Amino acid sequence: MSGVLASMIDGLLVGAVYGLAAMGLSLIWGVMDVINLTHGAMIALGMFAMYLLFGALMTNAYVLLLPVMAAGLLLGIVVYWMSVHRVVGRPMLMSLLSTFAVNMMVIGIGTAIWSTSPYNVNFSLPGITIGAYTFTGNHIAAAIGAVVIALALQLFLYHTRTGKAIRAVADNREAAELMGISTTAVLTIAFGIGIALACTSGALVSTLFPFTILSGATYQLKSFVVTILAGLGKPFGALVAGVLLGLLEGVVTPFIAVSWIPLIEFGLFVVVLVAFPQGIFGRATA
Amino acid sequence: MKNVALLASVLILLVTAGFGQQTLTVGFTESKTGALNVDSLEQYRGFELWRDQVNAAGGIKAGGKSYNIKFASYDDESNSKRVQQLYTRLILEDKADFLFSPYSSPLTATAAVVTEQYGKIMLTTGAAEGKTYTLGNHCLFQMFAPAPEYLKVALDALKTKDPKATVAFVYEDSSFSVAVVTPAKAYAQQLGINVVFTEAYAPATTDFSAIIDKVIASKATVLLGGGHYADGSTLARQLYGHKVPLKMLTLLVAPDSPQWTELGDAAVGVTVPSQWAPQSAFKAQYGPSGADFAKAYAAKYNTPPSYESAGGYASGLILQRAIEQSGGIDTAKVADALNATDITTFYGRTKFSTAANEHGLQVGHSMVLAQWQKDKSGKLVKEVVWPLAGKSANLVYPMR
Repeated sequence: MSGVLASMIDGLLVGAVYGLAAMGLSLIWGVMDVINLTHGAMIALGMFAMYLLFGALMTNAYVLLLPVMAAGLLLGIVVYWMSVHRVVGRPMLMSLLSTFAVNMMVIGIGTAIWSTSPYNVNFSLPGITIGAYTFTGNHIAAAIGAVVIALALQLFLYHTRTGKAIRAVADNREAAELMGISTTAVLTIAFGIGIALACTSGALVSTLFPFTILSGATYQLKSFVVTILAGLGKPFGALVAGVLLGLLEGVVTPFIAVSWIPLIEFGLFVVVLVAFPQGIFGRATA
Repeated sequence: MKNVALLASVLILLVTAGFGQQTLTVGFTESKTGALNVDSLEQYRGFELWRDQVNAAGGIKAGGKSYNIKFASYDDESNSKRVQQLYTRLILEDKADFLFSPYSSPLTATAAVVTEQYGKIMLTTGAAEGKTYTLGNHCLFQMFAPAPEYLKVALDALKTKDPKATVAFVYEDSSFSVAVVTPAKAYAQQLGINVVFTEAYAPATTDFSAIIDKVIASKATVLLGGGHYADGSTLARQLYGHKVPLKMLTLLVAPDSPQWTELGDAAVGVTVPSQWAPQSAFKAQYGPSGADFAKAYAAKYNTPPSYESAGGYASGLILQRAIEQSGGIDTAKVADALNATDITTFYGRTKFSTAANEHGLQVGHSMVLAQWQKDKSGKLVKEVVWPLAGKSANLVYPMR
């Protein structure tokens, strides 16, 4: 196997996790027009939730994704009522400041509890070796997990009453209200799902790399690139865009220094913003 | 009643004056948060143990007085901007008499600008990069052997064990690692060792997959590099996960930490250039023996000391000796005493350059290469494997 092919496969595997990390941001942005700056902190909380649960239960880490997701949903609902509900529909600066404040609180409390020392989830699955290259079992499982969660979200949004209500609110909030949809309940659930997705992606990342309470910031930045690439409010598009971003990293890294990657990614970010302001998958609909 | 109170006050004053008990403030920042947290904590513990032992023994005795040591310290968040603000505060508001450096070369370089500006003595530890000492500073004194020494010891070992090895340098893009790797590449060339791949990575890197694929493609059999704890431990773990068939893996700083054992099998066989190891058998002319230091440290913190801890403690010792030699805490006299220092402590020899173009650079201290090996019971232990004269075990090569 050539180094370029191995690098592309690595890129695809990690790209699926980028996609999952971005889905929550994309959903919230698309449905309620709120740029959720707690996203990185919630990813980090997902990492620590996995760390604590795994330490306590010592079971298969992927089984623990379900309680992490449930806890994320509840946390999202709390955060929504605490800091987002009153600023929905108001100037974007207000929701930016409000979610940024929550972000700083979470980071501050997290730093006090866990400091900024790196933590690990010591769980590993056997990998697959092809020639000189080994693809770790955790990367493969995380990519599969990301795709399964993305498909489940897609089914939820398109084939359940609540999911359709979320899409309706994203499309036209006033019309949805006139049709008898409780937009407050829908926004609460949508925000909760967005946070649950962020926490779940954090939990998956914790099985791949060491992390600190500050680690979510990296994935928040990538999530912005992915969300812009996919177009707002397109969670499944976010998964595809994440995979594309990972693939791009995989294709270029054999030929350039890895430290150039952020330049290329944010260059792409600007190009997409200018050339495809609706994202490469078109108009926003959740 | 008034007279009794007055008499008591006079007596207290007389007693205090008789003992000459004074307080000396040592200021520094530590990285309680941020990327340097692990290494900085170990350095801090070295400072703290020194202070506690000196105070328990009645303080530093100089010029007929005893100086109890008080620390003034803040969290620099592993951030240069905070260091600049906080060292100014330590000098102006906390009235620090002497300063210790923060952990890491970049933070120390920032702190040095401030301490030199105010003419304050700073003993630098946890900071090996040498450029700072070439800038005409007068009050800086470096405890660590300079950066070019770090990988020399690993390359010497490699030249003896496997001169046909192919080497990859993969290192953190920070001033310290660059200052280590740049001369190491030249030294490898000088030794005739084949360097097949070189790449620097951003300090916050957590995913090394792309770099690891390149290392595999380069067919390197030895990897030298790393940076600090967070990136070094991640790199080692991922190299192990990707089953990269390395015969030798030498990383800077990270494997010296007692936390390294948390990596489990990924930790085995990894080597680290070390400023000090508990097995180092230097005959101390001043201060405790290595065994006594290690014992006291383990008793206080329930973990063995790293070289960052030893460097922290040794900084205190060298400052203490200079104060004793100068007979007080006058900055100019203590600086003279430091300039004249040539002493062996448990940490090894300490001598500062007095040449105008590199004043304060450490020229007496030397390094060893340590390797994590499994003992007979399967427990991970760190052994000194190079130089041969000071080894406590043979270098295991290939590493696994």
